[in-house]
Formats: sequence, structure tokens, C-alpha cells
Amino acid sequence: MLKINNLHANIEDKSILKGINLEVKPGEVHAIMGPNGSGKSTLASVIAGKEEYEVTEGNIVFEGEDIEELAAEERAHKGVFLSFQYPVEIPGVSVTNFMKTAINESRKAKGLEDMPAKDMLKLIREKSELLEIDRKFLSRSLNEGFSGGEKKRNEIFQMAMLEPKLAILDETDSGLDIDALRIVANGVNKLKSKDNAVVVITHYQRLLDHIVPDYVHVLYNGKIVKSGSKELAHELEEKGYDWIKEEVNA
Amino acid sequence: MDLKEKLVSSFLAFENSIDIDAYAHDVRSDAIKIFEEKGFPSKKEEAWKYTSLNSILKEDYSVFPKQENALEYPQVKKYFIHDIDTYKIIFIDGKYSSHLSQTTHDGIDVCLMSAALSKPKYQLIIENYFNKAAEKDSLSSLNTAFSSEGAYIHIPKNKIVEKPIQIIHFSTGNESATMLQPRNLIVVDENSHVQIIERHQSLTSNPVLTNSVTEVFANKRAIVDYYKIQNDNENASLIDHTFVKQSRESFASVHTFSFGGKLIRNNLNFYQNGERIDSTLKGITIIGEKQHVDHNTLVHHIEPNCESHQDYKGIFDDRSTGVFNGKVVVEKEAQKTNAFQANNNILISDKASINTKPQLEIFADDVKCSHGCTIGQLDESAMFYMRSRGIPEKEAKALLMFAFSNNVLESVKIPELKQRITKIIANKLGVNIGFDL
Repeated sequence: MLKINNLHANIEDKSILKGINLEVKPGEVHAIMGPNGSGKSTLASVIAGKEEYEVTEGNIVFEGEDIEELAAEERAHKGVFLSFQYPVEIPGVSVTNFMKTAINESRKAKGLEDMPAKDMLKLIREKSELLEIDRKFLSRSLNEGFSGGEKKRNEIFQMAMLEPKLAILDETDSGLDIDALRIVANGVNKLKSKDNAVVVITHYQRLLDHIVPDYVHVLYNGKIVKSGSKELAHELEEKGYDWIKEEVNA
Repeated sequence: MDLKEKLVSSFLAFENSIDIDAYAHDVRSDAIKIFEEKGFPSKKEEAWKYTSLNSILKEDYSVFPKQENALEYPQVKKYFIHDIDTYKIIFIDGKYSSHLSQTTHDGIDVCLMSAALSKPKYQLIIENYFNKAAEKDSLSSLNTAFSSEGAYIHIPKNKIVEKPIQIIHFSTGNESATMLQPRNLIVVDENSHVQIIERHQSLTSNPVLTNSVTEVFANKRAIVDYYKIQNDNENASLIDHTFVKQSRESFASVHTFSFGGKLIRNNLNFYQNGERIDSTLKGITIIGEKQHVDHNTLVHHIEPNCESHQDYKGIFDDRSTGVFNGKVVVEKEAQKTNAFQANNNILISDKASINTKPQLEIFADDVKCSHGCTIGQLDESAMFYMRSRGIPEKEAKALLMFAFSNNVLESVKIPELKQRITKIIANKLGVNIGFDL
């Protein structure tokens, strides 16, 4: 589904990603861990198509197509979804209107008519129940004044609405208390199928108790320096990242 | 002959040609003297520092409509708010169109200035209100001197006018260049409510200059909501003067939606004569190309315990220019005044510009006055966020602009009007998304 080959990316001439290789197949869950500043969020943003980053080498292939030249919205239409570490507050746009616009724009891109209002409401009701989101919440301005937990739950609600093929969850566990973590993880697990894939980017192992990865990769200094099974996450939790850094620097 | 000379020399002929009472005649004769003395304002005057009239004054305007033109309703239906029942006072090239209008004398007067200025039964109102709120600046005086036609609205006390009143001025371009000087008088008595929608619309590309004066009197506990739609074509310019005089416990609001025109200047003055008055001044400006929109506001707090709320949003593209000059005066007696002013702007292009200037003159010591102006660009992180959800760049931009202007739209009390404004904005931004913000 996703194949990243020797990906190098810069921001303002500063090199952040220095040769990433990663392959994600349908039905898989991958975790990308690593110390602060290792390039985890950059990788997520580059896959989603943030324009500030410049891909200088390598490529990103999604469903057999090179996507690094595509605009963020075109990648979204193909089924790429990024759950933001810091969801942006957009005063004046309600959650419902935002989702309606997003869904109908995706449909338009696929040559489909707008979703009938009745179906839209039903979908919203269904998915908000999945994330235990209160109806009142949906008429509030997007992310404005939301607590950390509400923002993250809202991200996964959007994922549920858009049903992406590939979901990248960037530090979705940060700022969550244990109940919110459970709701969010539960939501992601219910959305999982053999046809879609999830990449979980996290600093800590705690989310991975709930969303169990098939593979764990350690990103350090812009490269994946170690890959393994879910046990690797436990090892990192226990021993921290210093031993990885020592291994790499040795 | 330049425009000033042309106007001054036309005055006598004009004065002889129309049927008016003696009081109005005196007011007009005084007004032409003021205009003759002051002339058109230039950029040397502080209030006109950022707005030059030079480019619009050079046209050879015809100052009186020579012939009457008919328009059929289907031709101009789209400029009306037509999905609700309204009173309509419609003018074509400055002349009243009975054909397109729907006026009334049934308990309220929704009719014409020309009637009010000439018929004895209106004499008392005219003597009490006509030219009593307008400033004596040169352009208002010019309008006063030539005031003969416009909307006359008198709502006696305890009347809630259910139907909004639409005032629309069409110009057909039958002269190579036309100058129009509509004059409106709106008197709303105790406990009465009225909603008014005003629009100026040129139907051809021939230049039009409109110098309009509206006086609004909101008497005790009256509620007056006034909406101005300024979405004219690129050769039409508008200088609008609106003077709102409020008595105690009244509520008056003016919303100004400036989306099109060559040059627009809005002089909007509120005078609070009484306690517990609420004044609201809001506007959305979305322009591009070489358009220019200037909002010049004044709120004069004279007595205690009153409020004013000003909220102006501007979005400027291409080489367009904007001005916001918001003056708030709080007199010594006006304790416990709560005056709020905000002017927020987004510059889409690096060639666009805005001059924004809050001006507070506060002589009382127990007041809450706040003001803030911002000039920014579209939030890039919000753009990426929306695009990553599949909303294309143009639509994402539009959604952000809607969101930015939303608190002004939100306070529009007529749902059909709100819908119409939303549609105009969507058209202007070239998007077709069913925003229902």
C-alpha cells in the first residue's frame, strides 16, 4: 500500500529525513518510535503533503503511484489521512460543516454527487457514537477551546468519517488521560480492517498496549535504525533510547 | 467646467424645477453655500488622507436624470431579496419606479422623499428631522442641496414592522456618466421595530457616482436594523453618509457588506442622545483588483450607561486598498460607557494594503473602551489541516475567509439576507460549497 524508498526531506535547507525506507501492507499496523527531534512528525507531514518540506531524494509510492508531487488534498482523496499531533483551531467553522465540506469535496474529486443530507447525518451520528462524542460538540467551532483529549478524539472521529486506506496517527496519545486513550484506541481498532493500514507515531509505548502493532520501527536522526516486532516497543519503554543512540553512533 | 462648478451652477435651475416647501428650500440654499465654499474634499484633509476622489471626479457626469427608464422585474429580480415578502422603494436613475415598488401608508409611511418634502401632512416631521442628524461637511451638504428623492420611512410608535423594507437604486447607464444623490429619511418612533436593506446597483459599465445621505432617528426603545449591500460593478462608486441619532434605550445596527465597486467610502456616524443605548456597527469587506473601500465611523457617546460595538472584517486581494478609521468619543457625562471596536484584516496579495486607525477620545473616567486592529495573512497551518482532509486549496481558503467573517454574518437577523450574503461571498471567492455557517 505504502512504499517509501530512500526518502530525504529538507525544511529551509535543513535536512531532517536522511534516507527512510518503509513498506506498509494492507491490514498492517506499524509503530514508529524514536526520541524527540528524530524526524517522526516530519515523516508524517511529508507523507501527508505539507508543502514546507522539500523532498530532495527518494520517493513515496502509495497504491502503486508516486505521490510526492501531489497536493495534500489529492493525497487525502486517494485515502491518506493524518491525525495531527496539534490539531489546528479554526474558529467559525463547526465540526459538522467541516466534515460535510471534507466529505463532499472528496466525493466531488471522485466524480460523485454530494452526499444526501440524510445520509450525512446518519453517518455523523454513527461515527460520533463510536468515539463517544456528544452531539453538542459537533456544532462547536473546530478544535476551538477543545481540551487535549477532545481534540484527539475529534481527529479519530474525522478518520472514522473519511475512512482512509492509510491512517497516520501522529502522537495521538499525547495529552490523553487513560479514559480518552481507551476511547481513541478503541475507535481506531474498530476502524481497522484487512484492507486498510495504520502507522502509529509515538514517543511512548502506552498507546501500543491498545493499538497493537505488527512492526515497530525506531527513527533516529532521520533514519530508521532498527525494526522489530511489538516486543521492541517494550524494550524501548524499559531501557529508553540511549542504547539505540549508542548502537548507531558506535 | 469641472464638476464642482457644474453642480453649483445647476443648483438654481434645480431649485426652480421642483416642488418643495419653504423650510426645505432654506435648508438647501444654505447647503449649496457650504459646498461652494468647501468644495470636494482632498487628501490634505485628515479624514480623506487615504482616499482620493480625483479619479472619479474627472468624469463628465450628468447631474439630473434626463429621461425616464423602465426596467422589468425579471431583468433585475436577482438584486432583490425576493424569497420573502418585503416593502420596496425602488429608483431607476434617481427616479422613483412605482412599477417595481411596493410602498404603504397603512399605519406606517413607507414612501418617497419627494412626497414628504412637498406635502403639508409631512411638514412637521420634515421640520423636526430633515437635515437634523446630517453633518455639515461638503459632500453631505452637496447631497442636502440636491436632495429631492429617496426613501421616506416613518414608523409611528408601538409598531413592529414585520416585513423588511428594501431600498434599491438602479442606474441604467443611459447617460455616458451619471451622478446620483439619493436622500433617505427614516424616523422610528417609540417602541417600534424596523429592518431596512439598501442596495445601489449599476446595470451597465458607464460610470456612476452616488453621493448618498441617510438620516436615521431611533426614538425611545426603538429597534432599527439597517443592512447595506455594496456589490456594484467596477465603474460604480459610492460615497455613503449615514447618520444615526438614537434616543434612550434604543437599539440601532448598521451592517455594511462591501464586495464590489470602484471606490466606496462609508461615513457612518452614530450619536447617542440618552441613556442605555446600544449601537452596533459591523462590516465585511471583500475586494480585489484595484478596488478601494474606506470605512470612516464615529460613535459619539454623550450620556451614561450606553454601549457601542464595532466589528469590521476586511479581506483584500490583488492591488485593492482598504481604510478603516474608527473614532469613538466618550463625553465627560458618559460614565459607564462600554465601547468596543475591532478591525481585522487579511491581505491575500502582497500588493494589497490597508490603513487602519482607531481613534479614541475619552473624557469620562469610569468607562470600558477596547479597540484592536490586526492585519494578517491566511493561516498556513489551518490551510494544511483542511487540505489534508481533502478540502482543495481554493475551497479551504474560502472556508477560512467565511470563518473569519462569520461573527459579522451571524448577527444578520434576516435569514434570507444572510443566505444571500453568503452566496455573494461564495460567488466572489469562486467556490460552490454549501456553507451554512
